[in-house]
Amino acid sequence: MRTICLYFEIHQIIHLKRYRFFDIGKDHYYYDDYANEASINEVAERSYIPALSALIDMTKNSGGTFKVALSISGVALEQLEIHAPDVIDLLHQLNDTDCCEFLAEPYSHGLSSLVNEECFKEEVMRQSNKIKQLFGKAPKVFRNSSLIYSDGIGATVASMGFKGMLTEGAKYILGWKSPHYMYHCSQAPNLKLLLRDFKLSDDIGLRFSNSEWSEYPLFADTYINWIDSLPQDEQVINIFMELSALGIFQPLSSNILEFLKALPACAKAKGITFSTPTEIVTKSKSVSSIDVPDPISWVNEERDVTPWLGNVLQREAFNKLYSVAERVYLCDDRRIKQDWDYLQASNNFRFMTTKHTGIALSRGIYDSAYDAFTNYMNILGDFINRVNSLYPEDIDNEELNSLLTTIRNQGEELADLHRELEHLQAKTAKAKPAVSAAQEAAVPGKTTPAKSVSTEKVPGKKAVAMKKTSEKKVDK
Amino acid sequence: MKVLMFGWEFPPHILGGLGTASYGLTKGMALQEDMDITFCIPKPWGDEDKSFLKIIGMNNTPVVWRNVNWEYVNNRLGSSMNPQLYYDLRDHIYADFNYLYTNDLGCIEFSGRYPDNLYEEINNYSIVAGVVARQQQFDIIHSHDWLTYPAGIHAKQVTGKPLVIHVHATDFDRSRGNVNPTVYAIEKNGMDQADHIMCVSELTRQTVIDKYFQDPRKVTTVHNAVSPLSQEIMDIVPKKNPKEKVVTFLGRITMQKGPEYFVEAASMVLKRTRNIRFVMAGNGDMMNEMIRLVAERGIADRFHFPGFMKGNQVYEVLKASDVYIMPSVSEPFGISPLEAMQCSVPTIISKQSGCAEILDKCIKTDYWDIQAMADAIYSICTYQSLYEYLRDEGKKEVDQIKWENVGYKVRGIYDEVLKQYR
Repeated sequence: MRTICLYFEIHQIIHLKRYRFFDIGKDHYYYDDYANEASINEVAERSYIPALSALIDMTKNSGGTFKVALSISGVALEQLEIHAPDVIDLLHQLNDTDCCEFLAEPYSHGLSSLVNEECFKEEVMRQSNKIKQLFGKAPKVFRNSSLIYSDGIGATVASMGFKGMLTEGAKYILGWKSPHYMYHCSQAPNLKLLLRDFKLSDDIGLRFSNSEWSEYPLFADTYINWIDSLPQDEQVINIFMELSALGIFQPLSSNILEFLKALPACAKAKGITFSTPTEIVTKSKSVSSIDVPDPISWVNEERDVTPWLGNVLQREAFNKLYSVAERVYLCDDRRIKQDWDYLQASNNFRFMTTKHTGIALSRGIYDSAYDAFTNYMNILGDFINRVNSLYPEDIDNEELNSLLTTIRNQGEELADLHRELEHLQAKTAKAKPAVSAAQEAAVPGKTTPAKSVSTEKVPGKKAVAMKKTSEKKVDK
Repeated sequence: MKVLMFGWEFPPHILGGLGTASYGLTKGMALQEDMDITFCIPKPWGDEDKSFLKIIGMNNTPVVWRNVNWEYVNNRLGSSMNPQLYYDLRDHIYADFNYLYTNDLGCIEFSGRYPDNLYEEINNYSIVAGVVARQQQFDIIHSHDWLTYPAGIHAKQVTGKPLVIHVHATDFDRSRGNVNPTVYAIEKNGMDQADHIMCVSELTRQTVIDKYFQDPRKVTTVHNAVSPLSQEIMDIVPKKNPKEKVVTFLGRITMQKGPEYFVEAASMVLKRTRNIRFVMAGNGDMMNEMIRLVAERGIADRFHFPGFMKGNQVYEVLKASDVYIMPSVSEPFGISPLEAMQCSVPTIISKQSGCAEILDKCIKTDYWDIQAMADAIYSICTYQSLYEYLRDEGKKEVDQIKWENVGYKVRGIYDEVLKQYR
């Protein structure tokens, strides 16, 4: 049975404000609140709300046969919670239909998968937990920021227990192979890969309203006919795009939502179903493994990571940022952790690109790549100073880590001891009236046993706790 | 195709960018085999490069008939002109100019600079142009900048050949809006009479259309380019102090160039770091004011005024720099950032500069945005990768901007004008 896997990305960055070098050390707030509120509201109004409402209608009208997958970056969720709670409500409604699957992704929408495994795992887990908390289901399938994937990343993702991962069906990776099958990661055969059909995806996300396109105007029956006319054994059609494609890149006036709404009926007529990634991953079989030695993504014609790390400016900013990754990981300063999420967002690096792609790139408040670089580096300068001022710089990370572990363990131990102490004090307090009652009854001067019990117990517990401390140290 | 060009400056004796542009453009055009250029300047010095064009000195062209023999003419003008040309020109004197002050050869003296009696010199230039136009054979007339528009108009009226004018600057750029009515009148008249107007940038083109009320169809943008550096200049070894960075401003210190914005930006940068030096090379009517401003801001120990730079000194200063900055308030084109980029110096220019239209690998800010400017200076001096990127990519970019291509574009305009003129 041929099936369509429809997936939408929801991501909006936290906009950085204009930050001059003379602000370094003086101003530790990096964000443009007005731009954040305005842009999230605009996207919500023009795209997310109408698009999600359409998806909810589609699931209800199709009697449960229409299915869709979504992923939401952590930073986008934060912004939606603050500025556009209506969208969260719609997501809940969609979740209640049981026809929607939420995927896991890095919290920051950043590129940590390329450089720091620990940091990457941490933010993926944080995102998964947040999704579970909100929607009640822990994600089983993962998708990386901008669908970045390589064999190494696949292995890491598999080790975290994910069953499947979405990525790009890049031509130069697939060669003669078709993206319409399920594959698996060459380093971790348990991790199934769903590859995006970029032609069919871009027909909707990129070209739909382009009146110069040879297929304009595109109708749902034509589109489904294209899918229907594919060779018989090609069973899985993966159509992935950003949710803002519906409404922002392709304006609502192009009737893109009507197109979308017509898809389930047309598909049903041809016997094509819709599935969520988890259904495909559990039901279908992988046909072969795929080798991806270098990272691929769904951006640009090259489908690689050059939109973020293509020039020396981007690489310098990237390396500087992740040079403090371990320190940030070790610290527990809430504001630093939060800034860390926002600064990691891949869009910050995208603004610094000097590639000419032919597709207009919005650089936000920046005039040019250099402007973006300068602003980001100024902020990063301040951020790194703050991170470094947390702990002395001359201690290396490993030493710092063990010291911090010791401190943490000692803290826990102290808390344990305090609890113990309170417990025993309560006990003695209880015992005292009993003892005094006994004293009154019996011969006076025999109170010692109760006391000796308590004094014996404490050192014994202490020894156990000490043992624990040293074990924990070895673990880390 | 034969072109009669009127210009005011020609290297090596130049006072501003006009001479450099005239040289580059004619040299680029001369690469077309059938191109034959005659270039008129007020006062040749004899050491101009005549390998690709003919130069006629207006101060060697007689307007009053004098009976002089070959020996005498050869003795007086031999270094810059063939005596035969003197006699040919003398045969085309068209009116009695005895009332003018002329020398022993019947020629008017020119300073070749921008003297106080500039209007008189412009008028004389136009009188002499009448003689040249009557004697020379050509297909089209090309006038560079407002000083030579009257000469171009005169030549057009005499010969009926089409006139193309080249706007290197307008008075709106030079005066920040307070135009001199006499200059404006000369400029406007030149534009009205011209068959086609070439502007060095889109910025200038818009000024010409909006402020001089020209038909957009007859105004085209022809961006300048830059001549490759000579081996001698390439071989200059940069003198750099590894501990200090140098930020350079190079140009006339006048209102048009926005020097005060540079000083303000410098003082902001110096509040934060001390290992940067600032250089403001050149002179001009705002120099003393700038020295005073620098002292007021308390940054005189880091801010230097080495004065006017000549010839290779310019390149020595550029090569010793880590950042070149041109904060011009209104710059029709501005060749100097291109020269800095040729020397592998990262460049910051104002968005109000014409060259910003064709440059990509440099930082652009608004001239009034001293904070952005300070930020750009700071980041180039601080982040090695940005410095290296702009240094290498900037050089690559500017090496692609060639006068030869400009020559073809000008040729295309000539052909079009001639086609319509018939």
